[in-house]
Amino acid sequence: MSETKKYPAPATNPETAAFWDAAKQGKFMIKRCTACGEAHYFPRAICPFCYSDKTVWEESSGEATIYTYSLMRKSPTGPYAIGYVTLKEGPSLQTNFVDCDLEKLKIGQKVKVVFKPTDGAPLPFFTPA
Amino acid sequence: MTIKGKAYIAGIFEHPTRHAPDKSTAQLHAEVAKGAIEDAGLSKDDVDGYFCAGDAPGGAWPMVDYLGLNTKKLRHVDSTETGGCSYIIHLGHAAEAIAAGKCSIALITLAGKPRTGAMPPRAAGAEADFEMAYGATTHNAYGMCAMRHMHDYGTTSEQLAWIKVAASHHAQYNPHAMLKDVVTVEDVLNSPMISDPLHRMDCCVVSDGGGALIVTTPEIAKSLKKPLVRLIGHGEAMKGPRGGKDLDLTYSAGIWSGPRAFEEAGITPKDIKYASIYDSFTITVLMQLEDLGFCKKGEGGKFVADGNLISGVGKLPFNTDGGGLCSNHPVNRGGMTKILEAVRQLRGEAHPKVQVQNCDLAIAHGTGGLLGVRHAASTAILERV
Repeated sequence: MSETKKYPAPATNPETAAFWDAAKQGKFMIKRCTACGEAHYFPRAICPFCYSDKTVWEESSGEATIYTYSLMRKSPTGPYAIGYVTLKEGPSLQTNFVDCDLEKLKIGQKVKVVFKPTDGAPLPFFTPA
Repeated sequence: MTIKGKAYIAGIFEHPTRHAPDKSTAQLHAEVAKGAIEDAGLSKDDVDGYFCAGDAPGGAWPMVDYLGLNTKKLRHVDSTETGGCSYIIHLGHAAEAIAAGKCSIALITLAGKPRTGAMPPRAAGAEADFEMAYGATTHNAYGMCAMRHMHDYGTTSEQLAWIKVAASHHAQYNPHAMLKDVVTVEDVLNSPMISDPLHRMDCCVVSDGGGALIVTTPEIAKSLKKPLVRLIGHGEAMKGPRGGKDLDLTYSAGIWSGPRAFEEAGITPKDIKYASIYDSFTITVLMQLEDLGFCKKGEGGKFVADGNLISGVGKLPFNTDGGGLCSNHPVNRGGMTKILEAVRQLRGEAHPKVQVQNCDLAIAHGTGGLLGVRHAASTAILERV
């Protein structure tokens, strides 16, 4: 993954603005429901599991393991690796893997969050821990 | 309340084109509508229900106007959009509307030209800011499913390749198929890697074209001249990462739509003589066969190997037109063509080299969206009467 690859700036909205504000501080946030105790990602105002509106922001450790991945070899912007990681806190999320040898990714591998700049708030990616 | 036996497919048409630089998308819709109406032996002025999805330019009301449908008679419309399986869902919805007396002759159309024109962008979902930048495409979204399926169940690229091999055996008899050459497992494995672990030959074609259906009441179907094919079971379902809890990309929403359809039909996968299974990629077929209950979860690789999907050779003939892997994939949406070949099999109108003998029960199943991200699934079980 090239360091100069241009990523789109998140549009953001009132429901997710706090996530992007935290991202600007280098913090990776998830949402947790104080009614059922479940964490989720991407963040919603209403818990997708129990429909409580008692969801709160929580800073994630950013530590995760690779659930799956695929190295896209035919792309006009060069090869890139998409995948899902499962956070230490529980939720799984879609991401790209960066700053590493994409040929050496493995399911189960430990990774950590890293932010990449856009014209707006930075975007979270994952790289081998 | 059931739709079992309440609706018949009386007209079908598949556009022969795979490359249509000289036609408009609306024109292709009109051509397939005309074809299906004529196949049924009806007139456009008989149509009182119209179904279309996101590929119809402008949606339902511009299409109804463009197609010149009889607006004094038209009394039911449905523009449910669930990607490639929209048309299988439309078939179920048409049966519901017919059973409820809301319409009696329903037209369903699909058409478009991704090969010769830009595809309209899909409206962004709530996840856009959290996913769009990561570049999920069909290839890598299905690649992620295949990668995890291999990890969890030991599925191999050789096993996936057998699905393409079977499709190519069928496509050689389809004069309209884009890829008519019979290929081997080695050919698939030697084709370039597109998005790990999927090779080029694990991927379907990109084609222009379309197809249409006429769905009607038992009484009207029996008054027409075509062999009688009816819908006896239908299911629909959706699946997504759901907040990231218990992520499992090794199964699709077919795990829910399939049993719903089989239960309504009162049959089991063992009763099916022919299967149209959406084949956007080889892994799509393998996962759906498992989800529908043709084999246990994780045993799809073993099930599809050694020609088991080849008509006249294996136990479950599939996609005898060559499917999306070899024949066509109009508008990057495979649901319509899955129904069309199932009806041809039940009518006895498939190519003699691939026609299944005594084909009285068939399944048409598809997904829409991205199997590795969010998707819909729909299952239709069809019977020759």
